[in-house]
Amino acid sequence: MSCDTDILIVGGGLNGPALALALADTGFDVIVIDAQPPGARGEEGFDGRAYALTLASQRLLTAIGVWDSVKDHAQPLSEVRVSDGKPGTGAGPFVVEFERGGIDEGPAGYILEDRFLSRALTDAIKAHPKVTLIGGETVVAQAVGPADVTISLASGRELSGRMVVGCDGRRSGTAARAGIRRTGHDYGQSGLVCALEHEKPHGGIAHQLFLPPGPLAILPLPGDMCSIVWTETTAEAARVHALDDAAYMEHLRPRFGDFLGEIKLAGKRFTYPLNLTLAEAYVSDRLALVGDAAHGVHPIAGQGLNAGLKDVGALAEVLTLARRRGEDFGRIDVLERYQRWRRFDVATMVAATETANTVFSNDNPLVRVGRGVGLGVINALPGLKRFLMREAAGLTGDLPRLMQGRQI
Amino acid sequence: MPMISADTTVDPSEVAKFEAMAAEWWDPAGKFKPLHMMNPVRLDYITSQIAAEFGRDLTGPRPFEGLRLLDIGCGGGLLSEPMARLGAEVVGADAAERNIPVAQIHAEQSGLEIDYRHTTAEALAEAGEQFDVVLNMEVVEHVSDPLAYLTACQQLLKPGGMMIASTINRNPKSFMVAIVGAERVMRWLPVGTHDWSKFITPAELEDLITRAGLRPVDAKGFVFNPVSWQWSISTRDLSVNYVTASLKPA
Repeated sequence: MSCDTDILIVGGGLNGPALALALADTGFDVIVIDAQPPGARGEEGFDGRAYALTLASQRLLTAIGVWDSVKDHAQPLSEVRVSDGKPGTGAGPFVVEFERGGIDEGPAGYILEDRFLSRALTDAIKAHPKVTLIGGETVVAQAVGPADVTISLASGRELSGRMVVGCDGRRSGTAARAGIRRTGHDYGQSGLVCALEHEKPHGGIAHQLFLPPGPLAILPLPGDMCSIVWTETTAEAARVHALDDAAYMEHLRPRFGDFLGEIKLAGKRFTYPLNLTLAEAYVSDRLALVGDAAHGVHPIAGQGLNAGLKDVGALAEVLTLARRRGEDFGRIDVLERYQRWRRFDVATMVAATETANTVFSNDNPLVRVGRGVGLGVINALPGLKRFLMREAAGLTGDLPRLMQGRQI
Repeated sequence: MPMISADTTVDPSEVAKFEAMAAEWWDPAGKFKPLHMMNPVRLDYITSQIAAEFGRDLTGPRPFEGLRLLDIGCGGGLLSEPMARLGAEVVGADAAERNIPVAQIHAEQSGLEIDYRHTTAEALAEAGEQFDVVLNMEVVEHVSDPLAYLTACQQLLKPGGMMIASTINRNPKSFMVAIVGAERVMRWLPVGTHDWSKFITPAELEDLITRAGLRPVDAKGFVFNPVSWQWSISTRDLSVNYVTASLKPA
């Protein structure tokens, strides 16, 4: 009994190709099935999406060989300022400043636009001799056998592997076909995303401004540009998104403040609803879920892609070590090691994110005083701040080897 | 299928116990769950010892290509299959007849070629079979004459060959953990799986291995952590489960 490949990966976004590279580097044969047609990923032009990559994520991208091709487009973060603001008044008096000196490992992270990361990952899998990319195909069925799994594509083509990995996002078909149920809720909030040009240099400082409707994240891009994620209630976001550019900017300016001088729109505007969607299991027989397919979280802490890349590092490590022992790496008892590793970590992250969102998306004066004092306390205690800084950089917890800058 | 030779050291009452469990071998959540849970550390030890002794690179494909390996007490093939997947030419031997078809069916499903035989170490030695590696995992505590059994293992090795043997220590802690804990409290194993008086201390095993004509080269503990719910290898704690490597002089 022979298979077309060792591992079938469904999803050609970011986590899918990253996992393909991590696995192919340790000797696995991998097929990536991407619903997007060949050449559609990483188009020219800014599409508004940028990621705050933790240092741990940057190390993983280095280990899988894609960092070199994106590093010139990445903006190092010299500081992350978390502040409690009220519309029109700018930042509150208690501000947490995470300077570069807060940790020893260099910058706390990097801001990188989706188009550069997506392009680099796609180019890398196309160039890797052990990865086959099948574009413009969707999966319509999957069947698990005693030692393999077969997936059927919309074109009628069938592919078999020792296991399948769903990197197919919040509405993962891979999870649904395996009968894995999801839980979660709608936050009643939507994110408004756009890029801005500004007058004064940002100095590599990212801002997280906690406003009553929801947080405003300002992520510095190379040059005098930044990407913003502005969270509003869904009804308000729809209204703001429908405004013309001038009215949109009128609305944004008092929230944004004038600390970067004049601001103007650079490119298109986007909006998307924010929800939490968690798969009830991350694995089943010969199947694993990675990234948003396993845990789609609120972007408040910018942890979506970072959590996905941590899944990538953990799953690649579990599967590689299993194969080196001679184990049948698609078996449920092997895959459960990945689930045990990641599920607790994700549960902690979800709980922290929920708390932050509840505490900060609130205009109750008592809550405001409380969080102001909390931010002040964080600043006054260097040890705690250092821990939070390392936490924000993704350097705490049980890190996969690829995130420690090591090979598996 | 070869018959068990007349001078076997397998205790008939022990064989009957394992025959009753044979069909459950490959269910990770079934009766052999404790063995499945322990398998990664057993494999970590076995693969690293073989790789170090025979100069093999575990990061490459089929690192054990060219090695002939015997898995004594192969059961359903929990060790034989990984060894075959790593490229070794594997003979799996079990004294319980019913284990053989179970193991054969599973190897076929996994696309692996393994020579499973209903036989014993003594019978194979008598037939003049020779191996680079003999795996002797959790067997010695079930045989009636450990020295005769280990001598047969020695005879099965080529000069310079390696035997890896694991068993359970005999002390108050191992009684609590392996008999009271695993069999009676956790119900991981059927009551009567182990006879505590047959457990062997590391010093006794080292002495037996030496008398059988092998040179002990390593000993480590397998330790279960009830918090992380995982097994790990310990250089110091050989108080319950432990494993040894020994070589046949070249």
